[in-house]
Amino acid sequence: MFTRVPYSQVPLFAEFRRLEEELDELFGASTPWNGGIRSLPPGTFPAINVGTTGDNITVYVFAPGINPKQLDISIQQNVLSVSGKREVSVEKNATYYRQERFGGEFRRVIALPEDVDPEKVQASYRDGIVQITVQRRESTKPRQIEIN
Amino acid sequence: MFMEDNVMSDRTEVSKNTGNGSTSTESQRRAAASESVLRPPVDIYETGEGITLQADMPGVAKDRLNLRVEGNSLLIEGTIGVAPQDQMTALHADVRSTVYRRSFTLSNELETQKIEAALKDGQLTVHIPKRAELRPRRIEIRG
Repeated sequence: MFTRVPYSQVPLFAEFRRLEEELDELFGASTPWNGGIRSLPPGTFPAINVGTTGDNITVYVFAPGINPKQLDISIQQNVLSVSGKREVSVEKNATYYRQERFGGEFRRVIALPEDVDPEKVQASYRDGIVQITVQRRESTKPRQIEIN
Repeated sequence: MFMEDNVMSDRTEVSKNTGNGSTSTESQRRAAASESVLRPPVDIYETGEGITLQADMPGVAKDRLNLRVEGNSLLIEGTIGVAPQDQMTALHADVRSTVYRRSFTLSNELETQKIEAALKDGQLTVHIPKRAELRPRRIEIRG
């Protein structure tokens, strides 16, 4: 009755996944994201995207239905950690056909580039996405060099 | 009880166009189809009164959500609307698309005219009531 087969267990998708991981390994071996010591298996809740502009690094945590007050975000040097609990209500006296959504405690730890300033962090929560912006240090920002 | 396949069978393919879709939605759909699509995880449960579907679509705001019933197919579609920052370079991406899409086939005893939906913090809840005359009732045995 319960269908809770993750994508990675469907043979065809598992093949795609494997290919994707191999490609990631091939092209992204030097990044801390793919195959990093703190990386989690694909499909783990919550999903995370990280982007950078010259001045800051923004981490997007895809965590729907969370009370932002119960979210614990901390940064130590350049290691960012996000943890919390997601309550997924289960209806009693109901017949469940699918339960694919994640419920329970979660934690993700990611190492950001080393030039981030742990004193300058901002976080917001909107539409189920936690957005954490960390400033980069002045000295490492790209700067224009003028020719005299 | 109903067979799962009848009540809400999952169709990974984009719902077939039944003919009267305008050209703009058709081209939108084609454009969206060329991008890989995220399949939102769902919980689906049934009570005597109806069926409730809950889907995780983080990043989707109300105005970017598209919920459509065509015949007996229910389409859920949404776009992630994160404020784009200039010159942002991706360092890492678990999520590699901005479009969520999934469709389900409804069955006849569901009242598609009375579907209710709510979206909060990236969680979509869709409730589809059963036709009143088809709700299960207890049959008393006399004698």
